[in-house]
Parts: sequence; C-alpha cells; structure tokens
Amino acid sequence: MSTKPKVGIFKFTGCAGCQLELLHLEDVFLKLLDVIDITYWMMVKRDNIDGPWDISLVEGGISTPEEIEEIKQIRKKSKIVVAFGDCAIAGCIPSIRNWIPQMEAENRVYPDTSTIHSMKVMGIGEYIKVDTELRGCPPHRNTILEFVKASLLNIRPRLRQHPVCVECKFRDNECLITSKKIPCMGPVTSAGCGAICPSLGRECEGCYGPMSNPNAAALAAIFKEIGVHEDDIQRKFRKYAGMTADFRKEAGH
Amino acid sequence: MTENSMTLKESTPKTKTIEVNYIARVEGRGALNISISKEGKIQDLQFRIHEPPRFFEAFLIGRRYTEMMELTSRLCGICPVAHQITALRAVENAIGLEPSEQTKDLRKLLALSAHIQSHVLSMYFLSLPDLLGYESTLAMTKDHLDVIKRGLKLKKLGNDLSDLIGGRAVHPVTAVVGGFTALPNKNKLQAIRKRLVEAKNDAFETVDLFSKLKIPQFVRKCEHIAISNPKSYAINIGRLRSTEGLNIHESEYRDYISEKQVPYSTALHSQLKTKGSFMVGPLPRVNLNFGQLSSDAKEAAKKSGVKFPNYNPFVSHLARAIELVDSIDESIDIIDRVPLKEEHWDIGCRAGFGAAITEAPRGSLYHSYVLDNNGIIRKADLVPPTAHNANNVEKDMHEFLGTMLDEPVEEIKLKCEMLVRAYDPCISCSTH
Repeated sequence: MSTKPKVGIFKFTGCAGCQLELLHLEDVFLKLLDVIDITYWMMVKRDNIDGPWDISLVEGGISTPEEIEEIKQIRKKSKIVVAFGDCAIAGCIPSIRNWIPQMEAENRVYPDTSTIHSMKVMGIGEYIKVDTELRGCPPHRNTILEFVKASLLNIRPRLRQHPVCVECKFRDNECLITSKKIPCMGPVTSAGCGAICPSLGRECEGCYGPMSNPNAAALAAIFKEIGVHEDDIQRKFRKYAGMTADFRKEAGH
Repeated sequence: MTENSMTLKESTPKTKTIEVNYIARVEGRGALNISISKEGKIQDLQFRIHEPPRFFEAFLIGRRYTEMMELTSRLCGICPVAHQITALRAVENAIGLEPSEQTKDLRKLLALSAHIQSHVLSMYFLSLPDLLGYESTLAMTKDHLDVIKRGLKLKKLGNDLSDLIGGRAVHPVTAVVGGFTALPNKNKLQAIRKRLVEAKNDAFETVDLFSKLKIPQFVRKCEHIAISNPKSYAINIGRLRSTEGLNIHESEYRDYISEKQVPYSTALHSQLKTKGSFMVGPLPRVNLNFGQLSSDAKEAAKKSGVKFPNYNPFVSHLARAIELVDSIDESIDIIDRVPLKEEHWDIGCRAGFGAAITEAPRGSLYHSYVLDNNGIIRKADLVPPTAHNANNVEKDMHEFLGTMLDEPVEEIKLKCEMLVRAYDPCISCSTH
C-alpha cells in the first residue's frame, strides 16, 4: 500500500498570498487531501509535525537571521524544497527595499531599531539548494496543481518559462508595445498567468519574474525609445525581480 | 506552611507559564507569552508579533503614485483588495480625482467579494475547528464533510467574484487610479448573480451554525471603531466613528490616533491619543452600523438570539456570519444597478497629501501618502486593522485570564489562542 507524500507548507517574509492561491483550489481541495498528507501548515493546523517531508512548499523570502536557521532546518528534513512564489525565488516586491540602506529603512519605521533584526531580503535559494521554482505573485493555482500532479506521478512538472507574449498571442491580443507604444514587461516575463493584464486592458508589470534567458537590455532600450523615463525603466525592473541576475543591471546595479 | 506538613494530595500553587511560540490558524507569525504567579497575579502578558518587517513605508518612497495599489496589495494575500482600494482612494484624494459612481460601485463589489472570501476563510478554516474540538478543518473531513463543503463553496463564490471584477482574487489587476482597466463580462456577472442568490441559504446556515456554537461568555466593554455611512453598510467610504463619540473625517485620522513601538512586537501598537486602546473589526462594524445592514442580515442577527451592541470579542465570529449575509445581498444589488459602460478619465498629478480609511475584513485600514509635483511618493503612512487591535488583544486577554486562573495550563493556552483567533489577526499586514 503506497503512502501519501508528506507535505509541509511554510511562510517566511511574505504576504501569505501564495497560500491563499493554493486555497483557491476550492473545488479540488478535498481531492487534494486524498492524495497528499499535509503534516505542517501553521495557518491551517494547530497540530503540526516537525518533519520529515517529501515536499516542502516554502513561501516568502529570507530577511532575518532566524529565518536562515529555519530554512536550513527545513532543507535538512525535506526531499524536495519548492520556492513557492516570487518572494521565495528572489524576494519579490519586498526586495525593492534592498536598494535603500538597511538603517535608513529601519529608521523610517521604528523609533527604536535595537530590537529589530532584519537584513536585505533574498530568495531562499541564496541559502539552500532549491529543487523547483513556482513563479508568480502569486503563482497560478493551475501551476500549483500541475506541480502536485507531477510530483505524484514522479515526472518533471511542465512549468512555463516562455514569455507572456506567447500567451498574448494565444488570446489574440493586440501587442501593447508595437501597436500602442505602452511599456509592457511581457517580453521578459515568465508566462503562467494567461496574459491576464494585457487581456484586461493594461500592460504587464512583470509579476511572474523573468522568463528563462530574457533580453532585459533590449526591452529597456525599447522602453527608452518609446519615451519612458530612465527612472521609470529602473522602477519596472526593480519591482518584482530586481535581485535576479537577469534584471539586476536594468534595476540599477 | 512547612514542606513536611504537606500530604500527598495537597500541593502548593505554582507559577503558570503559557507559551505559544507560533500561534496556529492565524495569518502571519505571532506568539503568546504569559506568566501567572502562584498567588494568581498576571506577571507577564505579551502578544508577541515576530513577523519579519518588510518596510513598505520606506520602499514606497520614490515610487509612482499610480503604483501604490499594486505595491500595497502585497502587504497581504488575504486582504489585498482592501489595500488596493484604500491606496487608490488615498492617492485620488491627494490629486483631487473623484471617481465615477460606476467605479465606486465596482470597487464596493470587489471589496464585498473579498469580505466574503476572507470571512469564510476565517470562520470555516481558522476558527471553526476550535469551536468543534478539532485541530484543523483538515481533521474534520470524516465527521463534518457537509460543513466543510459548504465553506469551500462559499469561499469559491467570493474568490470567483473577485476574479471576475479584479481579474484575479489574489492581487487583482484591473483596479487603477480613476477606474477599472476592464469591465466584467455581463453574462458572467449574471451567472455569478445566480450563484449569489443560491448562496443565501448557505449564509443563513452559517449564521445558524455560529449562533449555536458554545463560546466563552466574556465581556469587556471597550471603545469600538469603524467607518460609518448613512447611505449603506460602510466598507470603502465613510466617516470614522466609535461607540464613544468619535466622529472624524479620514484626513483627520492622525490628529486622533497615534502609534507606539513595543519591544516585543514588530507591529506598532495604535492608540487613541487621549484614551488608549480600541477595537476594530466585524463586531465593531455590526455594533455601529447595524441599521445599515440588509434586511435579511438584520433578520438573521435577530434570529440568532444574540443582542447587539455586543462586547464579547468571541461574538466576532457571529458578526462575520451576519456580514456574510449582508455582503451577498449588497453584491446582488450592485450587480443589478451597475451600468457597465465604458468610461474614460484623465489623471494628472500634483503635490499634495491624501488619506483614506476603508473597512478591510478585519477592520479599519488607514493609508496616507504625500506626493510631489511629479507624482512621486515622498511619504507613506499605513496602519492595518491588526495594528489597530494589537493592544486591545492584550487588554482583553488580561481580563479574560482573570476568569480562568485556576484552570490547567493547556486549557488556558487554548482559550487564549481562541481569543486571538476571534480577532482574526492578519499579522503580516500589521507589521508590513
């Protein structure tokens, strides 16, 4: 008799949105519980088992010394560690603050910074080996489901790493850059959302982070050509993935 | 009394220590540290919030005002809509833009969808297990499958409505300064209207469920605060009012409410400058705005047998259920009246200050911004509901402990956790 894989769900420096997207699988949630055994999930369970886990879904980036210790313990006790969402991959929106001196950020918020133990927020991959990245802010629930199914079948998950442009083409959208000169991050952004923003009347802001091998420099040059101020170009590349090797330069590194 | 005069059955009272390192079934990282002396005196009580700070108020500086809804949305994955709408209203106040009636209606519909989702999450997934004696909803599938299915169905309805109006439920994309980038499809809106009508029954059953579950009979009268509006049950627009005479415009917030740091919390504690702690949330809303609830919500409240105004924080669960009925009713009303016509608007920026207060599912949420002439943010001030409540949680807990000092540690621990969960805290928000 096969046993269900043991799953742990963890939250670090982030907003819990990825967990909420997982809960948006309402109609298959009960079926999910039939095939996986969630043994650790503080947001949902009071009795939690401290490992080991077959799959650990880690949401949130690392921004305190305690979190470094914790993520290393999780790595030790897990077969597969998944960077669940952009915060866990490269810090996401909270990483915008990495461009400000830490002391300046702390002094803005806290009268007494002596009790605050915080550091620049990085993805979990900065500290441990990561087996899979689920991209997105949040990653689409179908992506989460794809990953779970693939894990159960012991095959590689089909994760989209081509740009949002491909999804725009499938939806017959008019290209915002070429036809309307609107600065869209689609050409460098990982697909998986279904080109939701261009399909709903606005440019892509890049919330799924970089696609594989993006040409950020070329897109930045196009933005400049269509009249985007260089400060705004920098803002765009800093927003979700300014810490990544792919966007670092355009983010102002 | 000397040691050798003790029999085996007697024992001296000991210091009781209640330590919860990571409170379960709440959003974000909080802890409880309580110690009770052997004389029964509470020596130490801390609702410790150790959620890592992300310093939003620092990194929003230097960004564009048009991005505030997108960036502040990421304070929280349960209540992103509340942050988006509050941010939009605050920056629109700064630049002097008045959105259309249609935009206000669609924003309210988006907010109601989020309230439905969040309240159902709170009631069915975070609190119900305690009230039925389980460690989680996951453990309830054998004995209470129908109840869980009802919860999942209602949650999906809220989320699907958010998807329809906002593009997606977690971090919506269509709500921008001035309006919406796309309008919902008419047919899909009618289809979801049908589901809302069908959900009324489930909502009534939710009120019924929470009115019958046994809760601690604990009352502590404190000042309750919420926004209020004579025209409707206030969620996005209203004056900030309280059960003890507060009645101010959102721009006056900082004249009345201040924040202070406590060494064991990364979330700042709020207080009324002249009075101290207060409560925000569904219970204060129902207390202050009972008259504006839909007639079915009022009827459900009356049928529950619980009297309002009510100062038992555990009645917050029932208040959420009552609001669920109202949210469904008002969503249907908005769907019926919203014209869904294409709108265009101009946005221009100017230097200025703008503030806004809305009711997030967990209570009053404040955003204010200072913009410069180019529309760049120079200052941001954000106070989420759980930061408003943190001090009050401790005050309530202090008195609540007084009613159970003789109980075993594990009982006290569970009851204190349940008090925290009655507040339905959103800890990531509170620290931001």
